[in-house]
Amino acid sequence: MSRKILLDKINVPGIKTYEVYRKEGGYASVEKAMKAMTPDEVVEEVKKSGLRGRGGAGFPAGMKWSFIDKKSGKPRHLVCNADESEPGTFKDRYLMEFIPHLLIEGMITSSFALGANLSYIYIRGEYMWVYKILEKAIAEAKAAGWLGKNILGTGYDLELYVHCGAGAYICGEETALIESLEGKRGNPRIKPPFPAVSGLWANPTVVNNVETIASVPWIVNNSGDEYAAIGIGRSTGTKLISASGHVKNPGVYEIELGLSVYEFMNSDEYLGGMSSDRPLKALVPGGSSVPILPADLIYKTANGEDRLMTYESLSDGGFATGSMLGSGGFIVYNDTSCIVRNTWNFSRFYHHESCGQCTPCREGTGWLEKVLWRIENGQGREEDIDLLWSIQSKIEGNTICPLGDAASWPVAAAIRHFRDEFEYHVRFPEKIKNRNHFVEEPFAQVKHLVTKQTV
Amino acid sequence: MERTHYKQEINMTETLMSRINELISHYPEDKRKSALLPVLHEVQDAHENWLSYELMDKVAEILHILPVEVYEVVTFYTMYNTKPVGKYMFEFCQTSPCCLKGTEDLMDYTCEKLGVKVGETTADGLFEVRGVECLGACGYAPMMQLGDFYKEHLTEDKIDQLITDCRDNKIILHDK
Repeated sequence: MSRKILLDKINVPGIKTYEVYRKEGGYASVEKAMKAMTPDEVVEEVKKSGLRGRGGAGFPAGMKWSFIDKKSGKPRHLVCNADESEPGTFKDRYLMEFIPHLLIEGMITSSFALGANLSYIYIRGEYMWVYKILEKAIAEAKAAGWLGKNILGTGYDLELYVHCGAGAYICGEETALIESLEGKRGNPRIKPPFPAVSGLWANPTVVNNVETIASVPWIVNNSGDEYAAIGIGRSTGTKLISASGHVKNPGVYEIELGLSVYEFMNSDEYLGGMSSDRPLKALVPGGSSVPILPADLIYKTANGEDRLMTYESLSDGGFATGSMLGSGGFIVYNDTSCIVRNTWNFSRFYHHESCGQCTPCREGTGWLEKVLWRIENGQGREEDIDLLWSIQSKIEGNTICPLGDAASWPVAAAIRHFRDEFEYHVRFPEKIKNRNHFVEEPFAQVKHLVTKQTV
Repeated sequence: MERTHYKQEINMTETLMSRINELISHYPEDKRKSALLPVLHEVQDAHENWLSYELMDKVAEILHILPVEVYEVVTFYTMYNTKPVGKYMFEFCQTSPCCLKGTEDLMDYTCEKLGVKVGETTADGLFEVRGVECLGACGYAPMMQLGDFYKEHLTEDKIDQLITDCRDNKIILHDK
């Protein structure tokens, strides 16, 4: 059994409630931080831990904290990003739903470290029942004296509230989230200035993912060095992985970073192998935005090394032969899945979710969707594949926020690794009429048709 | 966006107003506008799940902002509806991880059963089927959102049961 930091108490009956959570040692990090440490010492521990942002980008959390502007004298804010909307990702919801006080504790300790007196949890509007769970947890924490004025007699004040979005993926981007929290459309801001200098209401603000903040109590209780001892290299600590698709046991798992992809996929402790024992065809390891990996690059890197669940190993080989750990949205595809259909589906998602601010993304995502739709529906042309490549290359890097990149990468990777499947769609439109075409006849069985024609 | 002719009875009850005021109190006094998204959710839930212009204007008045500041937000976010919708809105997640588990076939089944197309409301105004983007339940697919709650691991039988429960008024949409 591997070590659990976030979910170690998840099976304790009643852990959702304040009483049980407290009895199990909850809120100890608040006591320790406020009574025995200075805010800067807490930041220092988080820096030492090597904890990286768990929302997808993997930016070192301690470093992000150290950028917050403490000199201006303006009020500071900590905002928790609980807008989890990356397809394949449902880990934060699990944490908030089943052990809400861990997030509240993390918010209090982290706010103290940052000197924030007014903090928010921004949760996506669809998680309305989780919103209520958090509201209740906050009320319990407040009644017990962990929030409000003069907490633990230290003179430190903190108010914490939940704020809900209303169905916009883009609000997971931190500046769009801030706009949304200000009651506006979720249009990302141009950076700089970064939120650490000018964020919520132009005040210095740190935005962190749920899982990042929930890791802070353990770090404060056990020290940054101990956290850094878990994992491999710059991938320290544990990570929540949410697995979906064609596996035996989909769900949320906490793993020690450094676990091999093979073990995660096949061990009974985790995913238990493929459902219906069908062969593995592809994997999206970190949410829909990251490049899809074909079967031969999943368990081994291009160099033949074991592929590990770490930031570095999953991106080994760059985008040519690697992918990213991203948000930990682990989507598994068997041989009945259609990569073209999957890519079209993702492009529709990004087109729908583009905020419309930057032309390359607003228009480009729509083009990607339309061209992919016609290939998937038997109306594709041979030159469409190069057209897709051209469109995605013109979106990437040309937008204010990373949504444009996120829309490009899955398309580029699908063409890079599964070009023959696109060609098959274009050349044999009569064979893909049914949307479940590969369920009846997996691509592996008809692949030779494409090769023959190419020769 | 053109003005709609849909009429809506506006009823800002005491309970609703006190909840709104509570939400406003979560933000600094000069930042009332920040409460806009949560307030719109509350107001919409209390008004049959949609927002008329008159209702949006009312929200603008409460938050001391211009009506257009409400309109632009309402039209940006997918969870707000600007015209009447079915009482029980079956919002199927139709993003790829869910589709791998047969969401598309299940949506077809539901539509056929209710006699509507995706995006349509049944004649009695009771049901509506929608396809929405990732709801964050990929491991529990196929699934849908119904009111404030998720219905997961769906099957044809479970859809049948849900439809019956809705008709029998056994489904709670909001937790207030």
